[in-house]
Amino acid sequence: MAESMTVKTMAQMTASGEQPEVLFWVGCMGSFDDRAKKITKAFSKILHKSNVKFAVLGAEESCTGDPAKRAGNEFLYQMQAFTNIQTLNAYEVKRIVTTCPHCFNILKNEYPELGGNYEVLHHSQFLQNLLADGRLTIEGGSFKGKKITFHDPCYLGRANGVFEAPRELIRKLDAELVEMKRCKSQGLCCGAGGAQMFKEAEKGDKEINVERTEDAIEVKPDIIAAGCPFCNTMMTDGVKHFNKEEEIEVKDLAELIAEAADL
Amino acid sequence: MISSIVFVILLCTTAIIFIRRLREIRFNINLGRELDLSGNFSERFKIMARVALGQSKLVTKPVAFFMHVLIYVGFIIINIEIIEILLDGIFGTHRVLEGILGSSVYYVFIGVFEILALMVLLACVVFLIRRNIGNIRRFSGAEMTKWPTSDANIILVSEILLMLAFLTMNAADSVLLTAPTELLIANGHEHYSGFDFGGWFWISAYLTGFMPNNVDTLYIIERGCWWFHIVGVFAFSIYVLYSKHFHIFIAFPNTFYSRLKPSGEIANLEAVKKEVEMMMDPAADPYAAPLADALAPERFGAKDVEDLSWKQLMDAYSCTECGRCTSECPANQTGKLLSPRKIMMDTRDRLEEVGQMRRKEGAEASDVRSLLGDFITKEELWACTTCNACVEACPVNINPLSIIVDLRRFLVMEESAAPSELNAMFTNIENNGAPWQFTQADRGNWTDELKDK
Repeated sequence: MAESMTVKTMAQMTASGEQPEVLFWVGCMGSFDDRAKKITKAFSKILHKSNVKFAVLGAEESCTGDPAKRAGNEFLYQMQAFTNIQTLNAYEVKRIVTTCPHCFNILKNEYPELGGNYEVLHHSQFLQNLLADGRLTIEGGSFKGKKITFHDPCYLGRANGVFEAPRELIRKLDAELVEMKRCKSQGLCCGAGGAQMFKEAEKGDKEINVERTEDAIEVKPDIIAAGCPFCNTMMTDGVKHFNKEEEIEVKDLAELIAEAADL
Repeated sequence: MISSIVFVILLCTTAIIFIRRLREIRFNINLGRELDLSGNFSERFKIMARVALGQSKLVTKPVAFFMHVLIYVGFIIINIEIIEILLDGIFGTHRVLEGILGSSVYYVFIGVFEILALMVLLACVVFLIRRNIGNIRRFSGAEMTKWPTSDANIILVSEILLMLAFLTMNAADSVLLTAPTELLIANGHEHYSGFDFGGWFWISAYLTGFMPNNVDTLYIIERGCWWFHIVGVFAFSIYVLYSKHFHIFIAFPNTFYSRLKPSGEIANLEAVKKEVEMMMDPAADPYAAPLADALAPERFGAKDVEDLSWKQLMDAYSCTECGRCTSECPANQTGKLLSPRKIMMDTRDRLEEVGQMRRKEGAEASDVRSLLGDFITKEELWACTTCNACVEACPVNINPLSIIVDLRRFLVMEESAAPSELNAMFTNIENNGAPWQFTQADRGNWTDELKDK
């Protein structure tokens, strides 16, 4: 059902005197990482299918500064924030949705004090709204009887208290939601946060993503659902570590919903 | 009379040492940077009531929670008994509240105290066993050196001894109180006569079998336990202020001043904000002379305890080293050096050191040591994933992560001492607006893949 679609940028929309319903903040992973790009595309297709008028910043988007800030480089973070806020405010952006919990957290919590005030939603919340409003309908058929476990991203769950939206989506798929022993506010990190994604782990006796993947394998899922492109990468690597990639798929919530919506 | 004088001297000495130590702690906490946490009283009060008074965050470990509640409730209620002990000590009376409250009320209190005393005693024994034989991971670890380990055991053994003294005292007393009045008078113990406790010494009643018949010996046991108990309470109250056990007091203000924002938010650094605004403002004059009232530029991030806020320092005093943070830490679980508990313990140890130096040698005194380097190493700091598990786990709302981030900020912004891979990531963000070497212009390329194939 590959339907051709065009994603407009804010610049294009503004040029034609339009204002989108929501700005899709893609993030660096979503823009450049091959695996994460699939999530970006899946979510765009859902937005398109649901007749959501959305735009992206395209080449005008820049790193939120999250990894720099959490690594201690407040200067670089604030420079990034300053630039991004100027762009967003120039386009009079009011509402932002993002597929990355790190972007979500920083846009929602740390930009306002620097002058960037927006309503910021994680895509799990946005998708939940689409389903609730009847703008998107899905048939869970393809996931019937499948076991799905959800790995809580730290910056979505513990850090911002969003636990239910992702789980609601999985329930809508008609699949069996199984919880890992450590979940929700007790969920274990995938190991990528705080700029760890960009460096080798410090000396230890195990990789964090391996430890977390063990939690997941324990509940014997068919699919590990993720809500963060970084978690997705870490869990995918973890599954490979145990040579389980034949049995267990790691998929983003947007991909699951897109699949169920036959997109 | 002599005993009253001795008692009053002991009481006053305890009060003086106690207050002096409290002022030391306040002095130390005030060495931290200013941070305005005023306002939001009702919200803060609710958090304090829930987390400190209601111990809501302990429930994740039900066994420890149950035991802890027994000790906590016991501690608070049995302390009502201290009021009577103080009055008796000062005025040389015996069980003065019996006359004031009336025996029907008074002995109900005593009965309840005794039951609680037994429960506290048992809970402490269980805790001792768990801690020393139980092989529970969070009670070991690199930072649990000799002093923190003995500190924990001293607290538990002290509480056991105090409760034993309390119960033994009641047992001896209950035998004395039932002795014939003439016998008591003949031996000079007439103030033990005229009580009718009607069997309310519920627990110590089981100990009376071990008591001698001799009135004088009973008197010595009763007085001995009474003095042991109250002197023990005095000593323990001072000990608490030097020990991790201080959490019994400071947990209340510490939870009151909890963060009210989502834990994912790391505050924007004010000092940097000014610099960035200056840099980004086209109208700013870079050669302008600083205003006369401009403050000296602050150090970016933290190298030592004085670079931390007073709240972060209060956090350090609130830590009772339970290790819930460390046992939840993904880095620690996978064998990395980082332990959030150690971050808090190091902060407190260094603060004690700096505080002592300041009091002795004045406000300008300094040594060559610092929190970063001499206590906390880079390797620990770079292992953190900022996942907030430690923050979530802490029963008294301590935030070890905020200290880790402040120390990282110093490493990066003052010393350029980030790991080389992170420096590469910084450069990429600066040049390309992404942590990798991709061109910013290509950011929207993925949209082409949605077009006709």
